[in-house]
Amino acid sequence: MSTRLKDLSKKDEILKGGHRLCAGCGASIAVRQILKGLPDDVELVVSNPTGCLEVSTTIYPYTSWNCSYIHSAFENVASTLSGVESAYRSLKKQGKTDKDYRFVVFAGDGGTYDIGFQALSGALERNHRMVYVCYNNEAYMNTGIQRSGATLKGAWTTTSPHGEESYGKAENRKDLTSIVAAHDIPYVAQASISNWRDAVKKAQKAFEADGPAFINILSPCHRGWRYPMEQTVEVAKKAVETCAWPLYEVENGEYNLTGKVKEKKPVEEYLKMQGRFAHLFKKEENKEVLDSIQQYIDEKWERIKYLAGEE
Amino acid sequence: MAIENKSTVAYVGTDAVAEAMRQINPDVVAAYPITPQTAIVETFSTMAANGLVDTEMVNVESEHSAMSATIGASASGSRAMTCTSSQGLGLMWETLYIASGLRLPIVMPNVNRALSAPINIHCDHSDSMGARDSGWIQLFSENAQEAYDNTIQAIKIAENSNVYLPVMVLLDGFIISHAIERMELLEDNKVKDFVGEVNTPYSLLDPNNPVTVGSFDGLYGYYFEFKKQQEEAMKNSFSVIKEVGEDFGKLSGRSYEFFETEYMEDAEFGFLVLGSAAGTVRHHVKCLRENGIPAGMIKLRTYRPFPGKELVEATSHLKALAVMDRSDTFAGGMGGPVFMDLRSAYYDYDKKPLMTNYIYGLGGRDLSVELVQQATEEMQDIVRNGEVKQTVNYLGLKE
Ligand SMILES: Cc1ncc(C[n+]2csc(CCOP(=O)(O)OP(=O)(O)O)c2C)c(N)n1
Ligand code: SF4
Repeated sequence: MSTRLKDLSKKDEILKGGHRLCAGCGASIAVRQILKGLPDDVELVVSNPTGCLEVSTTIYPYTSWNCSYIHSAFENVASTLSGVESAYRSLKKQGKTDKDYRFVVFAGDGGTYDIGFQALSGALERNHRMVYVCYNNEAYMNTGIQRSGATLKGAWTTTSPHGEESYGKAENRKDLTSIVAAHDIPYVAQASISNWRDAVKKAQKAFEADGPAFINILSPCHRGWRYPMEQTVEVAKKAVETCAWPLYEVENGEYNLTGKVKEKKPVEEYLKMQGRFAHLFKKEENKEVLDSIQQYIDEKWERIKYLAGEE
Repeated sequence: MAIENKSTVAYVGTDAVAEAMRQINPDVVAAYPITPQTAIVETFSTMAANGLVDTEMVNVESEHSAMSATIGASASGSRAMTCTSSQGLGLMWETLYIASGLRLPIVMPNVNRALSAPINIHCDHSDSMGARDSGWIQLFSENAQEAYDNTIQAIKIAENSNVYLPVMVLLDGFIISHAIERMELLEDNKVKDFVGEVNTPYSLLDPNNPVTVGSFDGLYGYYFEFKKQQEEAMKNSFSVIKEVGEDFGKLSGRSYEFFETEYMEDAEFGFLVLGSAAGTVRHHVKCLRENGIPAGMIKLRTYRPFPGKELVEATSHLKALAVMDRSDTFAGGMGGPVFMDLRSAYYDYDKKPLMTNYIYGLGGRDLSVELVQQATEEMQDIVRNGEVKQTVNYLGLKE
């Protein structure tokens, strides 16, 4: 399938304009890139858990979704769509539908790493054919920038504030992509909205996978990350260049690095672009924190390279 | 009327429900085991494994996911069912409101069991009473036969276009779920014809009519109107429950109403009871009658919607009425939920009996005939003295 911009631009947009996401939001970019990977001539059901994307695109009596769509709650998107997919299989087996359907989740990191994790794990284990996309903005944005299990260490959020006794979030984030890969599903990938061609290719593979597929796509939020709204793509790009967000895929168990990083840049270049880390650069004693962030990122990067058989 | 080709069997309640589910042949069943409901999931899974149904089984990782997947399946235009008990129903709480708010005709048997703590696997009604305001229709059953009959009727009630509400079928844990009883089954094709083709209000899998389900109501504010519509649907369900109960009678010889009365016309005092305890109370009331004591009883089947007016009409001639609750509200002395509902229904009427509340059977505590006799004597005192000494009573507490 083509990933030429010229061809992709001719494809119909499923997420229509007029939604109420902030200007410069990474989430809508992620949705549009992923849906460019949808095969032609298939029917689609989209599901969101509660979160920024959901509340901004389905404001009753309007909808931005030019396809069937369901939201039921915050923690159950994977099980809700499990039910939809099971109904489809049941009706298909009984000859009550002959359409070719795809099922896709777009969920924030809160609905994926934290509260929705059990439902996600269960749905993956049961092998429902769905593409689960986590648009990862590293915090609960809809409720006003609270920490999540995806928030990078040292980050300010309203529930991991910095102060006399705190440098922001004290813990490293969990490596959800690896945890998902450990479910041995056909396709798992980490993507970034800054690398659109890579994201579209990954989406194409995910939609073709014969079983569950998972894409964790970095989708910066300028409100929560505190950078000028026109820099969303640049910030995401810097995450890739510093290897704070490595791009890779796990296809039937095979690890593969996708976005090649010619020269890995220091993570400070990424952190300095964002107000949520500004406090780390103001106090001398936070140098240690910065070093530990760099160390965490280096270790993760080395591990991914090792798994992908590089170097 | 002669009913042909019925078959009489000896079944435990869980098998009666599983058999009803087999005959209904839902498109999707998503479920998670919990005592005493487990046997329903197991038996139904075996039926599915043997190809006796077209059902896709979704063996989810929790009850929260069971209800969520059932919601997804029902919103996809399929006939979707699940079943649970106790903590499982508690874990579903959030999604019960979503099922009714999305107007999904889901049917769910709930095998009544006490809620923790302390952990207790035996029967009381506190689980389903916790869900009474969630917009679900609730039908209580006295025995395995009624659990079977209610499950079949529930499909037809839920899928009526004037209703489109989820229905919970209640049966008492262990007392009904695990006791072997004689009951009658309908023929497969009769059940099939009775429930008919699946009817849901919309479908995610209709390619010509894409729908957005579960939108955000944050800015323009229609939530209130939706909730009013749910209440209207609940009101509509009265006549539908009645019609379906009559139609079921033509099919099976067993017709159903909101409640059943025994010896009520000329009774001086009466009992109102739900579920399996009706058997004990009926037996006792019969004995009282044989001894010339003017007792009567009502067995309430339809708890939501609550047939308040009809209950008032059926009991207002009594001198005294005892409402039996198998759960408490912890409201600080107001009594159990059924008692509070019926007292409220009586507010607008001048002619009313003296009312007492008996909370009994929590955590599976047996309701013996002796206890019903104790309540009877207290009721006779009330009739004699024309006053209620103690409104809320706990029947059978250990000293
Ligand atoms: C059970 C439950 N707990 C809490 C909430 C409140 N809540 C709604 S959205 C949200 C955070 C969403 O964060 P995320 O999934 O990261 O998506 P984002 O808003 O960042 O796009 C929270 C905490 C809820 N809706 N339901
Ligand atoms: S708060 Fe952030 S994630 Fe939410 S819509 Fe705005 S930019 Fe997007």
